Order: sequence, then C-alpha cells, then structure tokens
Amino acid sequence: MCGTDSKLGEMRALILVGGYGTRLRPLTLSRPKPLVEFANKPMLLHQMEALVEAGVTQIVLAVSYRAEQMEQELSDEAKKLGVSLVFSHETEPLGTAGPLALAKDILGASDEPFFVLNSDIICEFPFKDMVAFHRNHGQEGTIVVTKVEEPSKYGVVVYGEQGRIHSFIEKPQEFVSNKINAGMYIFSPSVLRRIQLRPTSIEKEVFPDMACEGQLYAMELQGFWMDVGQPRDFLTGMCLYLASLRQSSASALHFGPGIVGNVLVDPTAKIGQGCRIGPNVTVGPGVVIEDGVCVKRSTLLRGATVRSHSWLDGCIIGWRSVVGQWVRMENTTVLGEDVIVKDEIYINGGQVLPHKSIAASVPEPQIIM
Amino acid sequence: MLKAVILIGGPLKGTRFRPLSLDIPKPLFPVAGLPMIQHHIEACVNVPNLKEILILGYYPTSELTQFVADMVQEYKVNIRYLQEFTALGTAGGLYHFRDQIRSGNPEAFFVLNGDVCADFPLVEMLRFHQEKKASLVTIMATEATRQQSVHYGCIVQDRDTSEVTHYVEKPSTFVSTLINCGVYICSIEIFQTFAAVFNTRQQEYYNDASGNGNRKEAAVIYLEIDVLMPLAGTGRVFALQTSNWWSQLKTAGSAIYANRHYLELYHSRHMDRLAQEDFVGEKEKEKEKEKRCNIIGDVYIHPTATVHTTATLGPNVSIEAGAVIGPGVRIRESIVLSGATILDHSLVLHSIVGRGSHVGQWTRVEGTPCDPNPNKPFAKMDNPPLFNSDGRLNPSITILGCSVKVPSEVILLNSIVLPYKELTRSFKNEIIL
Repeated sequence: MCGTDSKLGEMRALILVGGYGTRLRPLTLSRPKPLVEFANKPMLLHQMEALVEAGVTQIVLAVSYRAEQMEQELSDEAKKLGVSLVFSHETEPLGTAGPLALAKDILGASDEPFFVLNSDIICEFPFKDMVAFHRNHGQEGTIVVTKVEEPSKYGVVVYGEQGRIHSFIEKPQEFVSNKINAGMYIFSPSVLRRIQLRPTSIEKEVFPDMACEGQLYAMELQGFWMDVGQPRDFLTGMCLYLASLRQSSASALHFGPGIVGNVLVDPTAKIGQGCRIGPNVTVGPGVVIEDGVCVKRSTLLRGATVRSHSWLDGCIIGWRSVVGQWVRMENTTVLGEDVIVKDEIYINGGQVLPHKSIAASVPEPQIIM
Repeated sequence: MLKAVILIGGPLKGTRFRPLSLDIPKPLFPVAGLPMIQHHIEACVNVPNLKEILILGYYPTSELTQFVADMVQEYKVNIRYLQEFTALGTAGGLYHFRDQIRSGNPEAFFVLNGDVCADFPLVEMLRFHQEKKASLVTIMATEATRQQSVHYGCIVQDRDTSEVTHYVEKPSTFVSTLINCGVYICSIEIFQTFAAVFNTRQQEYYNDASGNGNRKEAAVIYLEIDVLMPLAGTGRVFALQTSNWWSQLKTAGSAIYANRHYLELYHSRHMDRLAQEDFVGEKEKEKEKEKRCNIIGDVYIHPTATVHTTATLGPNVSIEAGAVIGPGVRIRESIVLSGATILDHSLVLHSIVGRGSHVGQWTRVEGTPCDPNPNKPFAKMDNPPLFNSDGRLNPSITILGCSVKVPSEVILLNSIVLPYKELTRSFKNEIIL
C-alpha cells in the first residue's frame, strides 16, 4: 500500500444531493432530505463525518434547488467538523455525471483522487479502503459494489478477479452477478475530461466507456448497505445501522427496563413506565413516550409525542407530531411534521402530510392529504 | 289479576345471533348486565297486580331452570317456563298452554316477544286496553321509516279511535309507517279467537282425505297472520303508539345497540347499576380514586369483575361476572362476557368478547357499529345479512365466541371468531371458523 494519512490530507468529495427528495415524502415536505434525521443525525451528516474521518477537507454538495435552511444548517455542521463546504447549484438537473463537470475547478484543483457519492446511501463508509484500493490498481476509477439477494431488480456489475470491471447489465433475467453499484466512487481527476457540462448519467454514459478501456475497478463493500431514500428502506436501513452500531459502539445504544434489542434514544427524550421499546427503534431529541407504549421498528423524530397505551410498528413519526392514546399504527405509516392522531385511531400504511389532524381510522394504506 | 307471557322460541331460532347463541340460549344473552329477557321480566313486575310470568319456548327445560329460579328469588313473583313440544307459532303456543294462562282467571295478559328490546310501556298499555272496552288485543306500535316499515307488521289505525283498521305482515309494498312492536296485551276472551282458528285448522286437516296433511302443522298458529290480520277492521284490535325506545334484537350486532339503550334506561330507574365517578366528599373521592378505574358515560360492571384502576371504560360498556380487565385497557361500546380476560393496554371497540375469551397485550379488537341512521327520524336498526351482494362480509361488530384466544399485539377488525379458536395473527373482515 502506498497511501498514507498525510497524502489523504488534500482530498475532496462531491455528494449528489439532487432534487426535492420526493421519494421520502411526506417528511421532505418539511425538511430537505439531507437534513432528515436518520438514527438521530441528519442523513448527510453521516456521510460528511465519514469523509472528514477519511481526511477529506473540502466537500461539494451538488443540489438542483436552493434551500437556505439546508445551507445554513449544513454550513454550521461543516464548521464544527472543520471541513470546507461548497454548494454547487445546478440551474437544470444535470443527472449523476453533469455535477462533476460543474464542480470541475474544485475537484480538479489537485492531483489527488476525489470521492463521489449518492446522498441516500447508508453503510459503514469505507473511504480509507477506497483510497488504498484505488491507488493500488492505479487506474481512473473505482466503484464500490455491494451484494444483493435479488440482483434482477438492479443493474449488476460484472468484474474479474482483481476487480477490473467488464460490463454493466441492467436488470439481468439470468444470474450473472449479485453485485450492484453501491453509489460510492473514487476517481482520479483525469476522469473529468470525459464529462461534459450537460445532463448526463454517470452509470449509463460514462462508466461503460471507462470499463471498455480497463479504467474502472470494483471494490467489494463489507457489511451492510442500504439506499434509504424511501420510507420502507429508511426503516430497513435503520435496523441495519443499529445492528452495526451494536458491533462498533454498543455504548451508544440504550439499555434499561422495557428496552428490547437495538434502540437508540436521545438523552433529552422521556420514556414512561411500563413501555416496551424495541427492537430497532430510534427516539429523537425531546420525544415524549408516555406510559404503557409499545414501539417496534420505528423512528420518532425530534419533539414527537406518543401518548399512553399506543402501539407502533414500522412507523416514522414526524417532528412534533402527537400520537394519541390507544392508537395502533403499522405497515410503514409515515406522519409528516406536526400531525395529530386522535385517541384510539388505527392507521395501516398511512402517509400523512404535515399539519394534518387524523380523527378517523385509516384501515388500508393510503395517502392523507 | 294480570299475567304475562314471554315468547322465547327455541334453539332453531336465533341463528342470526350466532356465534353468541352457540353456547347460551339467545334469550339469556346478557345485555346491560341482565339476561335479555330479564328486562322483560323487570317491565312485567312493575305492573301492579301482575301475578305470574310464563316463559314459553321450546328450549330444553334444563337450559332455563337456573334462570327461572334466579328470577323467582330476585323478584318474588311466580315465574314458570313452559316448554312447547315443537314450534307452534306465536299464538299456537299460547293456545296450547291456554289452561295455564287462564288459571286463576286473569282479566288480561301481556304477550312479549323475547327478541325485542324496549322501554316497555306496559302500564300505559294496560290503562289504554282497559279504556277500549271492545279490545281483544292492544298492540304496542311505533313509527318506522317508509323504507324500513315493510320489514315489519304494518298497522293502519283510525286516528280518532286508535282502532286497527288494517294489518299486514311484512308487505311487499308500502302500507303504513306504523309498525307492530311484538308486544301485546290480550283480553282473556282472545282464546275464543284462538280456538276458532285452531278448530278451523283441525277441520281442514281432517277434511283433507289425501293424507298429505301434517297434524303438527295444523296446530301452528301465528298471532300476526292468523289472528291480527283477520281481526283488523272488526273493532276488536287497537294499537297504542309509543315514542319509547324500541328495537328488534335479531343479530349479534344489535346487542351492542340494545346494551347502550338499556344502560341509558338505568338513569331513570336503576342508577345503582351504573358504575360511576364518585360524588361524595373530596376526601372520600381521593380514597375512591385509588380503587376505581376511569368511567366515561354509562358503564355496567358486575360486582365480581376485576377492573384495574388504570383501565378506562365507556361509554356504553358492560363487563360481566368474573371478567378481568388489565392495566391501561380501553373499552368502548362493547360487552365483555363472564370470565373473559383482557390484558394490558389493549383496546376493545364495538365488540363482544365471549365467555372465557382471552385477549393479549396491546391488541386491538374493533368492530363497525350498524346503528340506525341517527339523522333519520324513526330509523330502526338494520339487520343486514352477513354478506353483501359481492359475497364480501359486511362490516359488523367484532364478536369473539366463547373461549377464544387472541394473541398480543394483533388487530382483529370487523371479524367474527367461532368458539374455542386460538388465533395466531391479525384478521380483518373475516369469519374465523
């Protein structure tokens, strides 16, 4: 290995934040997706922290809309982390490759390789390993790949023993590989020559050529991986993340009477008597859970209240929402910000837009405008 | 002297009351803490000079013995169960036991169908009947909607005299919004009319030389078709229209509705039967609070039931003998039968929890009420069939038969569970055999 920490000092990264995060509505109606808390931390902060940890000093956020709230909050976080944060605004959506051209001056400022990642990814970020792997093969690009159970739903990556990629196959009918693009790359600056400033797909228009030329390598990801861009996967990703947290820093998890399995509780949250919390629950700051509540596989965002005797399984409870007494909610029910669910209501797979008051049960999955 | 006869039918009737009637005769199903026909008995014992109550039906005597003994002891009045050898029709049974009814020379007797529930205006009916000297039968009548009236016996009445000028049972076209409540007071002379009908039937039977006639069928007499219809317009039948609450109690779903109304009636007559927030001194209140659960509206709790102090019951809940209601349980618009257990934090809405049933923690047992449309004056309880025209189960109250086990953390929605079933998951809109 030729990589050393001092050499990592100059590194830069680009995070593809993109648009309005419609897949994560109704949460993203109140807060830009990068700020939605995943396991009590804004989604983007998981990536920013890991990048800084790997020695990245400058991060470019490629966004296709202006959001002052997001820019302010993330700049504050960046300051704390001691990293320089640049917002690269697209006037029209540039796809997954175009933003690299837009940020060309920053990414190409040194000879060091730079990272590119999709913002919806949660995993044990292997940035240091990526640098080492990339330097080792010495070619233009490295893609992180991850194993999936059902590859026919994705585009799979076919590569040889040293990781040199032969081809990409979209939604293969016959099994050719179970490795898919994990949405994390490291490129040498020379890759910027290949990309024009126009809407371009890096996966479809850039990678195939690079693979043909033998310039693209695949690095296998260890541990879990999840695209948490939509509510169902958000919850699955949370389960995986909490399990990984138990391995890496179990003390971050919450223990005590009525706590079952992996549960993350902010110190400012209050949990009543006779509750059963877990497995796989995240309780945000200022959350109040009254007596006799059962919560499983759910995220309760900042300031939410769950009143006594209610039962939640597979739910995301939006900021400052209030769930009444003896309420039952399940099956990926998502409450937007400041939703009120009256006592004794049943919600099955409801997606509730912000500031609604729910006074009648929703027995079948539905969107409540 | 007066008597009363309560017609309860037999085990072949009341199938629409399943699964609740599978383990208990329907007339003994508890509503607002009392077996259904005990409400009839209470109405009867409040009539001055009423000396005997006869319960007529074809349930095996053994199924009624205990109940009758309990009633005699409680109300200190003669009560007997008379078992018909077969279904004889509403008037056939009365005629068969005519000697029992006539013994002691009552001037009149009430006839009450066992499957109705009401604030029975028996004293008013008696006074009215006595005023109408010519009356053989006075019918308790009530107003129904135009659409619903055709499902009942329809009465056309002379406004001035209250005489019934026309009577038809369940007509196919609209006749009148005034309907028969299945509660009557009959003069003792009515037996002459019964006899005439009976004899005519017997004549027909013997005149039919073909041998196809059925001796049993010849004894069947229906009060409505065989007696009221021919008597209407002869000046011998009258109807007293009442605005008191009244409903049929045909389906299990209507038990929740009846429960609510009988509980409401306790306000005027039996406040002691309603569990209540204490209204003694503040100090006492503190003490009481330690023992009591939270009560909202009308709730009946049997003295032997155990309800945790953190449970919240009501409105319109009945908890029967020996039932155990755990901490943080919420029950609304429901009946919990004897020996049932409901564990911590569970919710029971619009449901009947069968005898000895067991509901786990954080479980939701919920039904859909089928109450009369409150926005339509005089609307009655609809008794919809179990299935709609698409073959799907009509949303109904949720019913657990006896000794059903419902696990923790599931939902049971609009479902009917037959006795002794152990569920292992959630169910919605299903009948679980």
